[in-house]
Amino acid sequence: MSAAPVDLPRWADVALVPLVSVAAALLVAGLVVVGIGENPLEATALLLRGALGSAEGIGFTLYYATNFIFTGLAVAVAFHAGLFNIGGEGQATLAGIAMAIACLAVPALPGFLAAPFAILAAAAGGALWAFIPGWLQAKRGSHVVITTIMLNFVAATLIVYLLREIIGKPGSMQPETPDFSAQAVLTPMHQFLAPLGIDLPSTPLNTAFLLALMALVAVWLLIWRTRLGYAIRTVGANPRAAAYAGISPAAVTMIAMAISGALAGGLAVNEALGVQHRLVLDFTAGYGFVGIAVALMGRGHPAGVGLAALLFGVLYQGGAELSFDKPAITRDMVVVIGGVLVLFAGALDGLFRRLVAGVLRIGGGAA
Amino acid sequence: MDLLQTIAVVLDSMIRLSIPLICAAMAGLWSERAGVVDIGLEGKMLVAAFASAVAAFVTGSAWIGLGAGILAALALALVHGFAAITWRGNQIVSGVAINMLAAGLTVILGNAWYGQGGRTPSLEGAARFGELTLPFAGWARANVPGLGLFYDEVVSGHAAPAYLAFLCVLVTALVLKRTRFGLRIRAVGENPAAVDTAGISVAGLRYGAVAICGVLCGIGGTYLAVAQSAGFLPHMTAGRGFIALAAVIFANWCPWPALGACLLFGLLDAVAIRLQGVTLPGIGLVPVEAIQALPYLMTIVLLAGFIGKATPPRASGLPYVKER
Repeated sequence: MSAAPVDLPRWADVALVPLVSVAAALLVAGLVVVGIGENPLEATALLLRGALGSAEGIGFTLYYATNFIFTGLAVAVAFHAGLFNIGGEGQATLAGIAMAIACLAVPALPGFLAAPFAILAAAAGGALWAFIPGWLQAKRGSHVVITTIMLNFVAATLIVYLLREIIGKPGSMQPETPDFSAQAVLTPMHQFLAPLGIDLPSTPLNTAFLLALMALVAVWLLIWRTRLGYAIRTVGANPRAAAYAGISPAAVTMIAMAISGALAGGLAVNEALGVQHRLVLDFTAGYGFVGIAVALMGRGHPAGVGLAALLFGVLYQGGAELSFDKPAITRDMVVVIGGVLVLFAGALDGLFRRLVAGVLRIGGGAA
Repeated sequence: MDLLQTIAVVLDSMIRLSIPLICAAMAGLWSERAGVVDIGLEGKMLVAAFASAVAAFVTGSAWIGLGAGILAALALALVHGFAAITWRGNQIVSGVAINMLAAGLTVILGNAWYGQGGRTPSLEGAARFGELTLPFAGWARANVPGLGLFYDEVVSGHAAPAYLAFLCVLVTALVLKRTRFGLRIRAVGENPAAVDTAGISVAGLRYGAVAICGVLCGIGGTYLAVAQSAGFLPHMTAGRGFIALAAVIFANWCPWPALGACLLFGLLDAVAIRLQGVTLPGIGLVPVEAIQALPYLMTIVLLAGFIGKATPPRASGLPYVKER
């Protein structure tokens, strides 16, 4: 992104620069912890123990990571097409709405159809909400960044209205739908693995995690192994060159946005279909925005997105445990770390590349 | 007379709800006219609201609160400038980062310092901006039919930063349109290379615009926490920075139309609050959410070129690279 590109060896580009920015972001978070009068080393130890110290902790960590994989992939796919999709929150919201409507309208599907039907509805809802800005940019020239922001707010008001007036649980003051049918909801991981003799504690981790892993592989195949993926990358690199090569940037913009929105819908699958078993207000809880940090840190590559999602899963679960012991360090710390990471790995990428290049040169000169 | 009274009350609440929008819209206008896209208005207002509430509580002075709010927003604005101007980073990404930072930091610090889930203690007396009664307000209400009522209800009776906000619109319009500095700001947003050729620093001008943007966001955030409310609440900006952004687009990046758009969006908000739980004949219970979603929907429709056309400054969002 820097105008004067710094040449770095490939390993430094894909691994060292993101690692340095993560380290710097965690350092900033540590300073915040010091600033509120806590010991950052003790906090880190508590955080890691909470996230990875027990089978239960790991289950929670992977459950959070599932959300980040979906939202991170959503942002990453759009990035490859040169698009910045800030609308993950809104797209996940619409996915949840579409899924709830599907589940409540067709409650009596047989078991093997109910869950796939609900998942497809979620993907379609998310895809539609992302297709609109894609279409508006491709055909009407309005920028996806602004339209996705605006549509986030439209989705937020829409779900309030729908949960209160249309699909809300009758007689309930809570903004939530009735429970989905037992056939539609996803199996918790500890039940799923029990027949194989694997004994896991009960956690919110469910089969949506497997779906997320499949999505990682599918996105890798899509972007680097298909004709469409090539078209997406070409448009992202240079839309005019793509047009000369016979690729329609308008079509690719719309398709990439739709895929991105469908992936964001995975958040609704994990939260509503996998854990809550009904649609509740505010289930997106900022995961969509942290997805931007995940995608930037993972450099848009599914492997990177997976690792970054795992890191944020650790931070989320560990942060929750940490806030039990240290009430001053709330989970909002994850949002701060996410923000600093977006700044460092995204906007200040040029600075960090220059830093890493400088260090490598000194290292090379000394050797 | 009852109808007039109702209209006056709604217009009064329109003004109150518009003030943060007006400040943020002017802020966004400065930044974007200079070619720096800013979706971090929301975050800057949020830190300003937090810093002003804390400072006003600690010192007991609303004015010191205003100063602290401005400084906090200015600091974040300079972070944005550092990323967007000095390091030519992606301005959207930087704006997202600023919003996330603000949302997280304010709650963490508020919770650590006051332990009320991120709220700051409520402000009383001089720690809050009181309502100013303009001269002759009571007299006009009693003696001038119609207009006097509006003068008393709508024009008079707002906090000091509210009048400051309107002053900012006037100053923004005059400076951008009529001064050399304003011309240069507009030029750097349209054609930075030409400005550079004339021997004027592109980065300097852009930093100036970004700093003004921070100051204005600071006023808006302070108004929210220290005038409209009596303290900071987590996430209290609640999307106002984005509505302000919508207002700027709606107004085609011009100050007076932006003021109009902010007042319109403020009016929608006031009407939505007024109609909460009201049943109208023919409609039934008013879907307040539809009114709340209107500013966003209107912006989408406008941007799509279905009504009018939005033309952003030509160099907005593009980092400037000097030829080597």
